[in-house]
Formats: sequence, C-alpha cells, structure tokens
Amino acid sequence: MGEKYEPKILALICTYCTYTAADMAGSMRLQYPPNVRVIKLLCTGKVDVIYLLEAFKAGADVVMVSGCEIGDCHFLEGNLRAKERVAHAKTLLDDLGLGGDRLEMFHIGASDAPKWAEAVELMNRRAHELGPNPLGRKKLQARQTNIEELRA
Amino acid sequence: MIVAERKPFKEIAVAASGFRKVLVAGCGTCVAVCLTGGEKEAGILATQLDMAAQLGDREQVFSVGCVERQCDREFLEELGPQIAEADAVISMACGAGIQFLAEAYPDTPVLAGVNTTFIGVNEDVGVWTERCRSCRNCVLSITGGVCPISLCPKGMLNGPCGGADKGKCETDRERDCAWSVIYRRLESTGRLINLEEVIEARDHRDLLPGRQVHPAYERRYSAHE
Repeated sequence: MGEKYEPKILALICTYCTYTAADMAGSMRLQYPPNVRVIKLLCTGKVDVIYLLEAFKAGADVVMVSGCEIGDCHFLEGNLRAKERVAHAKTLLDDLGLGGDRLEMFHIGASDAPKWAEAVELMNRRAHELGPNPLGRKKLQARQTNIEELRA
Repeated sequence: MIVAERKPFKEIAVAASGFRKVLVAGCGTCVAVCLTGGEKEAGILATQLDMAAQLGDREQVFSVGCVERQCDREFLEELGPQIAEADAVISMACGAGIQFLAEAYPDTPVLAGVNTTFIGVNEDVGVWTERCRSCRNCVLSITGGVCPISLCPKGMLNGPCGGADKGKCETDRERDCAWSVIYRRLESTGRLINLEEVIEARDHRDLLPGRQVHPAYERRYSAHE
C-alpha cells in the first residue's frame, strides 16, 4: 500500500433539497472534503437496498443518502422510504460483516448548505475512523483474475 | 397466500460455504409478494453472500435466477441451464417450492433460503397475518368467517375457553380473543344461533401427505394409483 488513504464517499442525493444545498455550498464557497462522489436522483425514494449493497461491493468506503427534511419531500414520502431502506441496508451490512456504520441517512433542506458540508465532513471522518473498505478495487481486481482462472 | 421470512444470513452463509458456484433462485409468486424471496430479494441475498465471501477470502461465485413459481414443473424447467452451471442452489421459495426444486434437480444440492411461516393475508404495507392452517375441515361458515384454528392460540373449536378477559386473549392481552370476535361477527349478522352448534373434534388420523386430483382428471390419473 503506502498510498495515502483518501476515502471514496458516495452520496446519493435528491435533486430538490440536498442537491440544491450542495449547489449553494459551492456558491457560498464552503469548504468540504472533495472526495465525495455525488449521484443526483429525482428523489431518494428511488434508492434501493441493492444499490447500496452494490456501492460497497464496487469499493465505496462510505455511502451517504440524503433527502429532503421529513415532511418536505417533493413526492410526499420518498425520503421516508429511503430512511427505512437505509436502516434495513445497515442491518444487511452488519450481517455480512462489513458494518452498517459505513452507511448513513441525512435530511438536508435546500437552504441548508452548511449542513451539507458538515454531513460530508462527518462521513469523511467516519471513513477515516473505519478505514478502507476491504472490498476495495484492488481486491476486486485480484479476485476477478482468480475467477477467470477458475473458469478457464 | 403463503408467507415466509428470510432465514438468518449466517445460517444461509454457513450452509452455502462449501460450494463454489451457487445459484440463488427466487420465486415470483407468494414469497415475492411478501418481499422475502422474489427476484429482488434473491439479488440482495446473492450480493450479500458475494460480499461476505470476499470478506472471508472464500472463492465463491453467486448468480441469481427467478421463475414465476417453483411449485410448477414447467416453470422449474426454465432454471435448468443455470442449475447445470451451479454446484448448489439456494431456493427462496416456500417449503413446497424448495422441495419441488430439489425433486426436479435431484443431482444438485438444494438449500433453503427462507422459513415458511403461514398462509395469510396482506394486512398493510409490509405486514402479513396468519389466517389459515389448511386443516382440511373448514368451519368458517359456522364461525362467521373467523377461523378459530389459526386465530385462537388453543385452537378451540367450541369457545371461548374461559381465559378471555374483556375480549382479549389470556395468552396475550394485545390479542383479540378469536371467540369474542366470532361472537360479535355472528351477532352483527344475526346468526348467533350458530353458537348452539357443537363442532366435532378434528380427526387427525387423516393428516397424511395431501394429494388431490380434480374430478375432471380422475380418469387420467387413476392409472397411477
């Protein structure tokens, strides 16, 4: 290894609230860790448990889902569904041995740019505390070669 | 419909640990409706198992398949090519489906991914409750459409038992006494006279493995008897 660990943070965020907050954070020139990869969704209600598992399988160190404040969802209850699914996915991650702490749900309103910066900061700190995801890319690549050898 | 719950992850992972290529086979009917063993849940389990195998440095490959029903031969046939590639199959169907799959592919080890819980109804989003024990002796016409076998913890055929208190069951104060519900249902439909009928004890001697042939097919299948 020897390389400096820069956590890969994946953020699945809703276009109506958190994405707007993240946009505003840029306009306000707020500083927050640049190693967050944002996927904009129409609503966090689109987030499925399988997406969350696949994100970790692909090597994300921590994953954050962020939707509107409770009661403010553009689609009424998409953020509530996401909240329940994230809670469920945490138990699945605990079961398989990766740990549910790598995943977190946030509710950030469109005007809450500082809250977005804080949330990314928090997940970045957590990623450093938990260390790299053992399912990271290097291991995956090594494994892929193994499987291809097995198949051959 | 038949309701099932997923087995604890550890139990499934241990059962599958000795096999290199494992197919997770979902069933698209009852267990898909109760969000336990459909295509989506099979995908989640396969991903979970894959990640756990990687974390444990086990060289295993997991694939996903799903058929409309595992309790029908013609649907099970669709799994053939995938099963031919696999060292073992984890079936996410109810107990009937798991057995039928194992019967259809006797050379491949079949593992259970779910525990079948009961025949029930979808009471609300994500909530299922039991309604039938398939006892082959339905008394619902007499009991106002409320089943005392499945809803009374004692299965009283002529209740209530005397343990009921203010319409609640003595085994659980949150649970309605089935016989109180039966009384109220018969009262509201003007059929209280039904309570005078004594329901005879169930003869359990005929509880052999069930088999039924539709009258229209009796001639066809009588040759196999």
